[in-house]
Amino acid sequence: MQKLGSEIVIEELKRQGVEVSFGMPGGTIMPLYDSLYQSEIKHILIRHEQGAAMAADGYAQATGKVGVCMATSGPGAINLLTGLMHSLMDSVPIVALTGQVPTTMIGSDAFQEADVYGMSIPCTKYNYLVKDITKLPKIIREAFHIAQSGRPGPVLIDIPKDIQVGTSEYEPDATYEHSLVDYQPPLEVDPEGIARMCEVIRNARRPVIYAGHGIVLSGCSDLLCQFVRKTQIPITTTLLGLGIFPLSDPLCLGMPGMHGSHTVNYALSETDCCIALGVRFDDRVTGDVRKFASKATICHIDIDAAEIGKRVRPQVSLHADVGAALEALLREVDPGDYSAWREELSETDRRYPLKYNWDGTVKPQYFLEQLFEIAGTDLIMSTGVGQHQMWAAQFYPFDSPRRWLTSGGLGAMGYGLPAAIGAQVAFPDSLVINLDGDGSFQINIQELATIDQYDLPVKTIILNNQYLGMVRQWQEFFFERRYSESYYTRNPDFAKVAEGFGIRGMHIKEVDQVRPVLEEALSHDGPVVLDVFINQEENVLPMVPSGAGLMEMIEENYG
Amino acid sequence: MRQMLSIRVRNHPGVLSHVAGLFTRRAFNIESIAAGPTEDPDITRIHLVAQGDESQLAQVTKQIRKLIDVLEVEPLSYAGAVTRELALITVYSTHETRRDILLVCQALDARVVDISSKVITLELSGNERQISNAIRMMERFGIKHIARTGMIALPFESITEEGREIMS
Repeated sequence: MQKLGSEIVIEELKRQGVEVSFGMPGGTIMPLYDSLYQSEIKHILIRHEQGAAMAADGYAQATGKVGVCMATSGPGAINLLTGLMHSLMDSVPIVALTGQVPTTMIGSDAFQEADVYGMSIPCTKYNYLVKDITKLPKIIREAFHIAQSGRPGPVLIDIPKDIQVGTSEYEPDATYEHSLVDYQPPLEVDPEGIARMCEVIRNARRPVIYAGHGIVLSGCSDLLCQFVRKTQIPITTTLLGLGIFPLSDPLCLGMPGMHGSHTVNYALSETDCCIALGVRFDDRVTGDVRKFASKATICHIDIDAAEIGKRVRPQVSLHADVGAALEALLREVDPGDYSAWREELSETDRRYPLKYNWDGTVKPQYFLEQLFEIAGTDLIMSTGVGQHQMWAAQFYPFDSPRRWLTSGGLGAMGYGLPAAIGAQVAFPDSLVINLDGDGSFQINIQELATIDQYDLPVKTIILNNQYLGMVRQWQEFFFERRYSESYYTRNPDFAKVAEGFGIRGMHIKEVDQVRPVLEEALSHDGPVVLDVFINQEENVLPMVPSGAGLMEMIEENYG
Repeated sequence: MRQMLSIRVRNHPGVLSHVAGLFTRRAFNIESIAAGPTEDPDITRIHLVAQGDESQLAQVTKQIRKLIDVLEVEPLSYAGAVTRELALITVYSTHETRRDILLVCQALDARVVDISSKVITLELSGNERQISNAIRMMERFGIKHIARTGMIALPFESITEEGREIMS
């Protein structure tokens, strides 16, 4: 049958099971929005396109499905890019649809024209500029396939207006063969690699498992837990891997790296066998890479061949889906006795626990402990980027995956609020908390309007120190306390701002308000913005200075 | 270390941007790049010469391989492949030097494609050593312009597959 290009797009989205998209219309994407209007796909009208990309990301991370976002040409599409770059760095499946000026006008500096295809190349796993309406079904199917297979990532489809309003013969049930003949994520697990890893594990005395986001993406945290319990090997989970193994289990050492615990960084420095599962040896994890696990035989399993040997050269590697590899490992592994090593690490943890000095003020760590006592682990938490994010990672013990949404690789401030929107849209009845900083919150503060418009009961909690706190901390440590432009001499009253958006605003200024106000905020049946005035100059510790080895941690505040 | 890579990619207008974008994004050191059609109109072949240590070159190869449009990356060794580059060189000439220049051209197997009272433009194809040698020989006459195509290559089919490593 004859269909409009915009109708074909919507048909194909439905075929992919898309239930919701996030975005904002504008000139060149109006035909697509017109077809969307006539379909049952839900749309969340966001206030800034960066929010659309990040909300789609939060939705995708919370559900495991592909997140969809839309924007018009030029400024709209460009505003998506920060969000897409975040999704690329953190391997989140996204399909972004952007309007483009008509094909006949491309290159003429038309109104709201920008080379979004060119600009999005480094921010996406793949991208398309549609020039032929008959290729639309194939392109959309390819895009969804690429976004969610192998190492997931964002795919952008730039659709000129004339393609949207053109017509083409379309049969939804026809097969539109894609031409990705050579795009083939690994399916097989090399038994030889498994055998070699098992041998390394058997001969190890001080092994440690370093597991990350790949476990979430592969959906294999159960297998990971079985593997850890069978081998009794201590495990550290990365920032993006928080929740893949319960922190409450004594085998879980916590988070590694720049703000990791002493015990984890000690374990990684002393280990003789580092089993790296679905991780990419990020510089925030390894510190000085030459000193990272320098006594260890490193075993690395990753679905992305380019990650193997990129920063750290493993002695044994497997290019495979980490879930499939874990299944094989679990079958074959014959662990040694690591009890002396575990005892050493427990002793280290007793001597150097993750701690803070509570002086009776509203310290962020204290606040997070109280929040955990009230809210527990049955929630989804998103964050911005900075100190609050690191405190949450250190002090909130997640015990299952897809509940912790944070911008790890790109470190995009402003992620928290839109990501919470995406998660709340996916799970309307769940407790969704956007734990934010006062700096990060102001980056996408406009999305409070979206929360109000859709009655999303997101609870935003601002750990407010009136600083760009992590910048201030670095300035204190490395720039002799010259607090260059990190202090907000005046912040708005966020509770009042919230009221202006039709959202309940609350404050915590004194420590005795923490429990009662927090309880009230969380039991409120609508959205809340809770502005928490925390101890202003609290630092995130320990801290490995940028470029230093993991054992060169700063553990106490400088006098 | 230098490494020559022969890359087969799906032919569409954005593909060169995808490949070239990698070099700046990942700070790869690329000496030359040449692209052109192949026997199959849907496939373009890109040749590039990359520089780096062993692990950097492995990373270049893997990152290129990871691009969705890339069908095959084949590292080629100079011993295992026919390599050719075309160079156009415009040399200053005078009445006194013209004869010498023409003699050198003859020795180098270079073709004279343009000649005036002030310059001679010559065309030369060969492997990298031959091209560099020709440029060196012409330098003493004074070079006005050089244009080079970048290296293209095909493996010696007569050599067994053994010596080649195919990253597919």
